[in-house]
Amino acid sequence: MIPINWYLILSAVLFLIGVLGFFTKRNVIALLLSLEIMLNAVNLTFVAFSTQHRQISGQVFVFFVLVVAASEAAVGLALVIAMFRNRESLNVDRSNLLKW
Amino acid sequence: MIEYLTSYDFIVLMIKIIIIFGGVMGALAYLTWIERKLMARVQMRPGPTRVGPFGLLQPLADGLKFLFKEDVIPTNANTFLYIAAPIVSLVPALMSFSIIPFGPSLQVTDLNVGLLFIFAITSLGVYGIVLGGWASNSKYPLMGAIRSSAQMISYELSLTLSVVGVLMIANTLSLAQLVASQQDTWFGFLPRWNIFLQPVAFIIYVCSAVAETNRLPFDLAESEQELVAGWHTEYSSLKFAMFMLAEYANMVTVSALATVMFLGGWSGPLFGPFWLRAGLPTLWFVLKISIFIFFYVLLRSTIPRFRYDQLMKFGWKVLLPLSLANILVTSFIVAIS
Amino acid sequence: MIQLVFLLFAAVAAGAAINVLIQKHVLYSALSLILMLTAMSILFIFLRAEFLAMIQIIVYAGAIMVLFVFVIMLLNLPADEDGVDQLRWLKFIGIPLGLFFLFFVLATLWNVEAPPASGTALNGSPRAIGESLFTDYLLPFEVTSLLILIALVGAVVFAKKDL
Repeated sequence: MIPINWYLILSAVLFLIGVLGFFTKRNVIALLLSLEIMLNAVNLTFVAFSTQHRQISGQVFVFFVLVVAASEAAVGLALVIAMFRNRESLNVDRSNLLKW
Repeated sequence: MIEYLTSYDFIVLMIKIIIIFGGVMGALAYLTWIERKLMARVQMRPGPTRVGPFGLLQPLADGLKFLFKEDVIPTNANTFLYIAAPIVSLVPALMSFSIIPFGPSLQVTDLNVGLLFIFAITSLGVYGIVLGGWASNSKYPLMGAIRSSAQMISYELSLTLSVVGVLMIANTLSLAQLVASQQDTWFGFLPRWNIFLQPVAFIIYVCSAVAETNRLPFDLAESEQELVAGWHTEYSSLKFAMFMLAEYANMVTVSALATVMFLGGWSGPLFGPFWLRAGLPTLWFVLKISIFIFFYVLLRSTIPRFRYDQLMKFGWKVLLPLSLANILVTSFIVAIS
Repeated sequence: MIQLVFLLFAAVAAGAAINVLIQKHVLYSALSLILMLTAMSILFIFLRAEFLAMIQIIVYAGAIMVLFVFVIMLLNLPADEDGVDQLRWLKFIGIPLGLFFLFFVLATLWNVEAPPASGTALNGSPRAIGESLFTDYLLPFEVTSLLILIALVGAVVFAKKDL
């Protein structure tokens, strides 16, 4: 059997990789990809705990996280297209009109 | 671990794998022969006749030709993706044969989410086309790849939704149980196939399956008159052979799924001595698949091609609402009975 | 034996995730993410959540990532357009701090013990998830369908050229 903390460690490592990507990358699409890595790490934690506590609620919640991630990716990519159309660049540092 | 590798179950599994995959690969090679002969006969010409009697050794000759052709990689092509694309296209196409029941016990394995597995694997096959078109770094493949992947993801929706009615009737996702639920008969002679219970879903499934495998009339992605050869323009020799094999394997997969879900799989009358009874279910299965293959080839030789906007309109505005309506009506009838 | 297989797929998932960050061209990052999603799906199968594993491949790797790959190919960017790295010295503080934080997280999680729960093992079949989804969680289910509708309309509006 695989002990539960192996899954939690893997999930923590993946989440940290996602956070690192989110803080470092400058391409907007790469930011969205790091967001997906973070969401996937959280999904793994949910499913691991669902298996440990013998309840199905964890897996149902992963279902909802999946749906929300899908809709967020769709709207995010539509925004990326709109951003590219206006600025001709996907560098997130160029979208700084609201910066002080 | 070693005692598993020498146990009876493992040896039986290996024999099943060899029979199924060997048979499938041989069938894919001869599918090219069937297609060329049948299309030729529809067009009132003989087809391949020179290589062997009735041109039966033509697939062998084609295979040898593919093997010995020069393997060209365009200079500005993205080499890693260029080489990976045929593999990404072929592996999912062949993986789905591992759960299709070819007979009562001729099935490599049976998952309790079998149908979802096949849909997952076919949706991964889109990447082979997308990467092949992108990696070739030229305009015809890119246009073919983008059109083809848009078409495939649009028709995947109506493909998966059209079988939900069948799932509600059979109450299971596993393919072996789907076949087992269609075994007996009504009134003594009419077999209990799902095509009589779900005719609309059958038509939607067949239309979506033809679109999903990029066959005429939905083959805008590789239309010979417009796009040279679509996403596999820049491919030669064995990589092209892999793309072709992947296309025919997808065709056989959706035909096999259609027979499992709508035509009762391997069920059919059993007669004769025991050795005939053992092989007869597989024979019925192969006969039912070949009905669909004939339909595919005849469709290719008779109907003109859809335009791209007609294709997308048909998928989103006709097939998708029809399959949703089918789910609604089926769930209503299942709930009240 | 099964632990070796788990380590293999965990290494593939972690390696693919790191590869998402390392690659210069964003298309290769998206393809590495697809590999990571497939590895995660296999890890779900280890945890007896087979319905979720298949749904992950169908929805995430087969639809969302196709959308990503489409948009990347449509916009057709050159590989690296970032220019000079402005906060170059921050890396020398950031990476040790990150490793320190990682060490803390791992030290917390290393000795988590699972009390053996009572009852039968969990069945991740579609039937179990469906029963739970349509009885206990019916309201979130309906609300998420509304959410998808809003996201659909929003995506179409944002991506249109002329409103």
